[in-house]
Amino acid sequence: MASKLYQCMQKIGEDIIANKEFLTDLDSAIGDADHGINMARGFTEVLQQLPQEEEDISVILKKTGMVLLSKVGGASGPLYGTAYMKAAGAVAGKKEITLEDGRNMMEAVIGGIKMRGKAERGEKTMLDALEPAFEALNKGIEAGDSPEDCLAHMCEAAKEGVEYTKTIRATKGRASYLGERSIGHQDPGATSSLITLEAIRAFYLEQIK
Amino acid sequence: MEKEEFALKKMINKPDDVVEEMLQGMIAAHPEYLKRVDGCDVVVRAGGSQGKVALVSGGGSGHEPAHGGYVGKGMLDAAVAGAMFTSPTPDQVYEAIKACDGGKGVLLVIKNYTGDVMNFEMAAEMAADEGIEVEKVVVNDDVAVENSTWTTGRRGIAGTIFVHKIAGACAEAGGDLQAVKAAAEKVIANVRTMGMAIAPCTVPAAGKPSFELGENEVEIGMGIHGEPGTHREEIRTVKETTDTLLEKIFAEGIYQEGDEVAVMVNGLGGTPLQELYLANLRVSEVLAEKNIKVAKTLVGNFMTSIDMAGYSVTLLKLDDELKKYLAAPADTPAFVQV
Repeated sequence: MASKLYQCMQKIGEDIIANKEFLTDLDSAIGDADHGINMARGFTEVLQQLPQEEEDISVILKKTGMVLLSKVGGASGPLYGTAYMKAAGAVAGKKEITLEDGRNMMEAVIGGIKMRGKAERGEKTMLDALEPAFEALNKGIEAGDSPEDCLAHMCEAAKEGVEYTKTIRATKGRASYLGERSIGHQDPGATSSLITLEAIRAFYLEQIK
Repeated sequence: MEKEEFALKKMINKPDDVVEEMLQGMIAAHPEYLKRVDGCDVVVRAGGSQGKVALVSGGGSGHEPAHGGYVGKGMLDAAVAGAMFTSPTPDQVYEAIKACDGGKGVLLVIKNYTGDVMNFEMAAEMAADEGIEVEKVVVNDDVAVENSTWTTGRRGIAGTIFVHKIAGACAEAGGDLQAVKAAAEKVIANVRTMGMAIAPCTVPAAGKPSFELGENEVEIGMGIHGEPGTHREEIRTVKETTDTLLEKIFAEGIYQEGDEVAVMVNGLGGTPLQELYLANLRVSEVLAEKNIKVAKTLVGNFMTSIDMAGYSVTLLKLDDELKKYLAAPADTPAFVQV
């Protein structure tokens, strides 16, 4: 029986792979038309290599990070690779994830991406989806909202963040070469981050059905 | 599905196999120069590299002969091939560093793209953890991009070949890691490139052109992955277009009357050599008018963009040191100088 986290990673991987063309099309508008191709290649490999029965969540996340690092390339490889490895560090040895753990993981993920990408929110990157999502999750937890509501707020904020990337110019990555011309297009990295968060939420809702 | 793949008019087998088969084909063509690091998308010198600082470069594939074609005496020690237009991953770069480190240290020559810089930096951190001395330089010669806080900085394009040549000669001459790095940085400070595209390139796995140009439209300042340039315009003569490229390069204020330069007129993959010579004719005329002496001219496909049609012009200002290293012998699959 595959572990829960394995199943969750499977859902994330399948959703990323299913959006291969969508992400690539977004990237062709402002980047180099390979985000979906690279992410799909990485997650195809993740799904093949993940130990299905492993119960230590940090082991699965770390392995995911290592595989993405070695298979994705481009800027997404080091960024998503770092993200999953940082997430692993936040839940070392755990077999279940609470909402609190989720918050700690996201905090570690955002810190890792900022460090590796030398980026801040507002530069039309993954961070524009992840930081608002983290804040919404945090707010939900503080307010004592149910896990369903917390995850719903988190995804809603990430979605708004993706919409926000349409209104700003890119100052990091290849999209920055476009200057003003990058305005009007949504960021592919923020979009794949949103897909990831939505997959997590969908997986959770499936579990409590 | 099978049919769709063949709808792509390219001489390939399967889109996903292009990089692997290209590497195998390169090794098959040049066994006297190149060998593969087992299990990696890395080529190193067939005879190995001993007793010198090693130079490692690489990047996404699609720029052939860059970078594997420049592995050999007087230039690189290893080249890492990423997926099409996609930076190689840290583990691959790390394997390249390990494969050619001879104890004198390794210089990474990185083209300035967000992904390349991150992946090579992670590899450098991994190698440093193993006690290997690693330094890096980041090439940013593309003047189509403003080097400001609003961008990720000027891109690295054809000028990178001059870094390989000159830093490679310095390493071959016995320069230590700091000297080789300094030579590379001197090239980077003095080299500028400006390109243009007539027609887009097609990444095999994407299956369609990476951008569209109107029938009579060209893009000035286009990057080597189809990144946007400064503007689009109606196609003009090669003389007028070359003048436009040179104006942007001269606006940098590096090249003055009385200077001595090296010139590269580089084809992007889909432009005939005869057109490159036409472009070079205009470059040589303009430089003569400005009383700038040309010490060396390279015309050909040195840093391509798959099948993109277009070209770039590169100028490198020389001093005695750079001139000496530029003139030194080199023997690689794509660059031979006796």
